[in-house]
Amino acid sequence: MEELLEILNELHPDVDFTTQKGLVDDRIIDSLDIISLISEIDDCFDVTIPAEEIIPENFNSAQALYALIRRLEED
Amino acid sequence: MLFNSLPFVCYLVCTLLLYYLIPKKAQWGFLLAASYVFYAIADPRYLIFILTTTVSVWFTALQVEKINAGQKLYLKEHKKELTKQDKQEYKDRMKRKRWKWLLLCLLFNLGILSVTKYTNFVISTFNSLLNGAMTLQPVDMIVPLGISFYTFQSLGYLIDVYRGKQEAQHNIFRFALFVSFFPQLAQGPISRYGHLSATLFAEHRFERKTFLYGLTRIMWGYFKKVVIADRIITGVKTLVTGSEYTGAYVFCAMFFYAFELYCDFTGGIDITIGIAEAMGIKVTENFNLPYFSKDIKEYWNRWHITMGSWFTDYIFYPISVCGPMLKLSKWSRTHLPKAIGKRVTVYLSCFAVWLATGIWHGAAWNFVVWGLMNYVVIMASQELEPLYAKFHKRFHWKGTPAYEVFEILRTVFLMSAIRMFDCYRDVPLTFRMIGSMFTSFRLSVFTDGSLLYIGLSASDYAVLLVGFAVVLGVSLIKRKKGNVRDLIYCKSEFWLCQIIAVLLIVILVLGAYGEGYDASQFIYTQF
Repeated sequence: MEELLEILNELHPDVDFTTQKGLVDDRIIDSLDIISLISEIDDCFDVTIPAEEIIPENFNSAQALYALIRRLEED
Repeated sequence: MLFNSLPFVCYLVCTLLLYYLIPKKAQWGFLLAASYVFYAIADPRYLIFILTTTVSVWFTALQVEKINAGQKLYLKEHKKELTKQDKQEYKDRMKRKRWKWLLLCLLFNLGILSVTKYTNFVISTFNSLLNGAMTLQPVDMIVPLGISFYTFQSLGYLIDVYRGKQEAQHNIFRFALFVSFFPQLAQGPISRYGHLSATLFAEHRFERKTFLYGLTRIMWGYFKKVVIADRIITGVKTLVTGSEYTGAYVFCAMFFYAFELYCDFTGGIDITIGIAEAMGIKVTENFNLPYFSKDIKEYWNRWHITMGSWFTDYIFYPISVCGPMLKLSKWSRTHLPKAIGKRVTVYLSCFAVWLATGIWHGAAWNFVVWGLMNYVVIMASQELEPLYAKFHKRFHWKGTPAYEVFEILRTVFLMSAIRMFDCYRDVPLTFRMIGSMFTSFRLSVFTDGSLLYIGLSASDYAVLLVGFAVVLGVSLIKRKKGNVRDLIYCKSEFWLCQIIAVLLIVILVLGAYGEGYDASQFIYTQF
């Protein structure tokens, strides 16, 4: 989780990702940020997030994103 | 049959009447028949195209779902005897099978779209490249009404079934209605199956409030289209076809066209959503006050929303996360400076999306350049963000009402300027004309009555000015207080009825369909 928060903070240093629950819904991150995030996650966690998993529910919070990474790791 | 033609109004009245008079169980079937009648009236040959897309996508979705279901069953039945690796191999094999079906159907339908829409574009490009050495004759091609819209809508459904996000529709007639639902056939929105089907196949009893809401929306749409867009179009046409209209005239054409396109497209969508609403069917909103956007990126989140989200979900994301792109991303981050390396894939994916958006809008180079201009501005503003941040740290203007107005005006100006490629339909000419605003701008054009000789009379300007004030006023109320119809209905239902009556009178009296006017086609139907 620490690594993920680091990636997120680098993307938007002004946002508190530990508390935000509507990153996509509240337009805090956009599609360009999501792509940057996916590349970083691929690099850092060796997990490829497929296009069908790019839905707001999976990117709305750091916790949801982390859960997605864990699920894809297990798959 | 244009939305703004008398036959369509008669057709609509009959359809609405019958929709509520027939047994509720037959409503969606009746809508399917009505949609096919609407399409056949436009040109019976179009039916072949829409039927081909409907059957091919419906059939493929069933095959994909069958593979999905087979996979689930197999994995369940052999849960104990399969190792993790066996399961993965089996899943990969099934995925490849599904992918083959999907690819085949995508290529087939995009092939039809490409051949019908882009054959002559390819021929003319080929001819100009050969520079007279050889000339290919243009082909007299049928371009079915709304082919881009129904193709994209159908393929979106298929991809969702492929991704396991959507169950396939087994009833071909229901699926055919999803593809051909007549209000949105000509110019969208590009609906998602999950959203539209929720109300499209339901049984609807007549409810006065819903019907009045729908009727208000229809009238509002006609007001924008017939009173404003079809009036201002005369001026726009004059300004963009005459070579003498440079400098200040280009400035006028820019804003006139922006206003025309807004009223034309949002008006058409209002009519679409209003018709559906009058029948109790919910169609996705396609606009969210786009001219109140503070930058172009925000503008594209508010303008033609369904097209933007379609391109994002089905082109931008798949390209961005495909294997080669992720490999390139890894390579660029290790071999290029950090700031640039991180963004290479974003640049490339965005480029692909804007190129596709440009081509989708029209089979001509001006649309390609239009798409790429949007790309350049969005990428430039993205890259300049650190500079903006520094600026805002130094001057504390951000968030103040004056700066907000500046941001909105800047976006309107930029978007209107980029749209000139769509307006002049000639890339070098557009650059020359925009350039003339900076070299031969005569302020006297606004004061010496020159603008009264472009096909618009003083009374036309008066109507347009009042129309602009009304549209702006309604938008401001919507922005501050939400749904305007709710606000009126809260006061009294009678008020809503009065507004419908006033709009009807205004449309009948001030609609631009007198002598000398053309019942103009909606701009977006050509896409």
